[in-house]
Amino acid sequence: MKIVVLGVGNIIMGDEGVGVRCIERIDAAGMLPAGVVTIDGGTSTNELLGELEGLDLLVIVDAVATGAPSGTLVRLEGDRIPSAFSNKLSPHQHGINDLLATLTFMGRAPARVVLHGVTPHRIELGLELSPEIEAMVPALIANVVAEVERAS
Amino acid sequence: MAKRIVIDPITRIEGHLRIDCVVDGGKVTDAWASGTMWRGVEQILLGRDPRDAWAITQRFCGGCTTVHAIASVRAVENALQMGVPKNAQYIRNLMIAAHAIHDEIVHFYHLSALDWVDITSAAKADPKATAALAESLSDWPNNGVAVQTATKERLTSLISSGQLGIFANGYWGHPAMKLPPEVNLLAVTHYLQALDVQRKANKIVSILGSKTPHIQNVAVGGVSNPIALNSQSVLSIERLLAVKEAIDELSAFITQVYTVDVAAIAAFYPEWTQYGKGVTNYLAAPDFPLNEMGTEFVTTGGYIADGDLSTMKPITTFGDRLLHDNIAESVKHAWYKGGKGPLHPYKGETVAEYTDFSDHGKYSFVKSPTFAGKPAQVGPLARVLVAAANKDEAITKHLTRLLGIVEAVGKFKVPLAALHSTIGRHAARAVMCARNVEILADQWDLLMANIASGDSATFEKPVFPTGEVSGFGFHEAPRGMLSHWIVIENGVIKNYQAVVPTTWNAAPRNEDDQLGPYEASLIGTPLADAELPLEVLRTIHSFDPCLACAVHLVDPTRRDIIQVRAL
Repeated sequence: MKIVVLGVGNIIMGDEGVGVRCIERIDAAGMLPAGVVTIDGGTSTNELLGELEGLDLLVIVDAVATGAPSGTLVRLEGDRIPSAFSNKLSPHQHGINDLLATLTFMGRAPARVVLHGVTPHRIELGLELSPEIEAMVPALIANVVAEVERAS
Repeated sequence: MAKRIVIDPITRIEGHLRIDCVVDGGKVTDAWASGTMWRGVEQILLGRDPRDAWAITQRFCGGCTTVHAIASVRAVENALQMGVPKNAQYIRNLMIAAHAIHDEIVHFYHLSALDWVDITSAAKADPKATAALAESLSDWPNNGVAVQTATKERLTSLISSGQLGIFANGYWGHPAMKLPPEVNLLAVTHYLQALDVQRKANKIVSILGSKTPHIQNVAVGGVSNPIALNSQSVLSIERLLAVKEAIDELSAFITQVYTVDVAAIAAFYPEWTQYGKGVTNYLAAPDFPLNEMGTEFVTTGGYIADGDLSTMKPITTFGDRLLHDNIAESVKHAWYKGGKGPLHPYKGETVAEYTDFSDHGKYSFVKSPTFAGKPAQVGPLARVLVAAANKDEAITKHLTRLLGIVEAVGKFKVPLAALHSTIGRHAARAVMCARNVEILADQWDLLMANIASGDSATFEKPVFPTGEVSGFGFHEAPRGMLSHWIVIENGVIKNYQAVVPTTWNAAPRNEDDQLGPYEASLIGTPLADAELPLEVLRTIHSFDPCLACAVHLVDPTRRDIIQVRAL
């Protein structure tokens, strides 16, 4: 079972970096089973291709603007993910969509893609998460860990 | 009747760039480049420890992380007037070269080739004829009939599914698309192969940098890779040999595929050596330092005025005074508080003041940098022309080879002046890629020889004085010359400005109302159909635009990418 948990976002843009902040904490506390790979993807795209080919499960962790109140936890699967990214107010919105489409064209797309996210409260210059989103991080991480455990 | 075209956003990757053109008589007669996000990311660094700046600056952008880390540590080292051990220079040089190769390959195949290559035409090609054509151009072993057939099948099934995925929103069937079906199919085959090849360049960065996309091993004073050839946990012989293997694989693809493809495409689009010229003042810094203080480099730097190579003034060393004294940024047409005229980066101010888009007033969040008071183009073309002015045969030999292929395929002569063009920028990028893979191999040899001589030093501890010091670091990043400027007071950052390549190229009009390089490059470009401005995209994409670090802040998503209205 090949599983990758990919945190994306820009840590210098406040809540935009929540996906990466989750990865940092998951790694520091060793929360995932051995063999599950975690990646701090930042806002990169093609650099990540090699790590994401032929997976059984890709879990993306990110800030997602769905229109719901800030701090709302979000879980999306499969076909619903690209549309979530195309509505997203983020510099890397184009990147993740392109990355998934590229993997599909190569015939090496993950068997399943699940997005776990939280709607951001404050996206502006700054290295810290807002207190509102900081408070939701443990629950978001718990969702990610549970997703991985269900699959493995 | 004249029309106004607005393309927003224009990039396939990071960032928010808007291009406005006036089209009259089928040609572009005026243009504006606008960064639509606020820049001011440097403000996050004020008051911080200069030793931490590189890790933060490499988050400026997702596409070019390594380059900001390098420019940042060089700026701090310049402020402290300190050198770094040779091993550290070699390891940094290896990462720089590998990162550049990655960017060059991805830029051509995945971010801009589809401006020239029509995938719907590729699906009509004969795989046998494609293989025969490929074999006439190159010795690359992965061009056979079976490979071309597989590509065609993959494309056909994608097109018949009705979901074009990665190829959605292309300009398929556009009248400006001119490649024969077989050349299109070959290009798509190489598009797929390039996806695999780019991983090898990335692998080098990740072995040396401990992690990609964000390297971990840079430090003010050197690198944090301990060298011990017999250890598993540090930079061991096993890891160094893995780097060497990746270099050899990259080299084959770059010489047998990438440079050949660029030349072949250029041969079918000779008119594109006439469009896209724009600003012909060129600026490039030297790079790949070979000694501790950065007074000796592999590639040369200089400033060329008005496209005349004989005017070249050399830029030769870290802290170079010519470079230091001649850069200033104007905000006359940018949404910042101004009124002080162009400011040197040490004095740079970034206080946003947004007003509406005004053709003759302010219209961009990108500042307008100048060299000696004039706009300058940066990037691979600047590098190649400076190399030509310096008679650097290590680079010009690749240019000669590439132009030779264009002439053989296209049956027309290509003068050096043809490089001042849209297609010239692609050619120059391929030339630099071919040179970068040689530099990669050379730096690997230098590192191995230096380690073998008994030198395993990789780091020197920086010492911060009390009082104020300032410095700047430059780096020839894939998109062009990047410079970071730092003022340090009592060991903390007092001012920080990054003058990034896309700021040079995407600059709005400057203090004297001269057009920036993107803007000037569009003037005179013919458009077959104003509603489908593929020709504008070709020229802008040839610069490899990336606005994420030129400007930065989120902006509401817009639905209509292209708007056309009568004037």
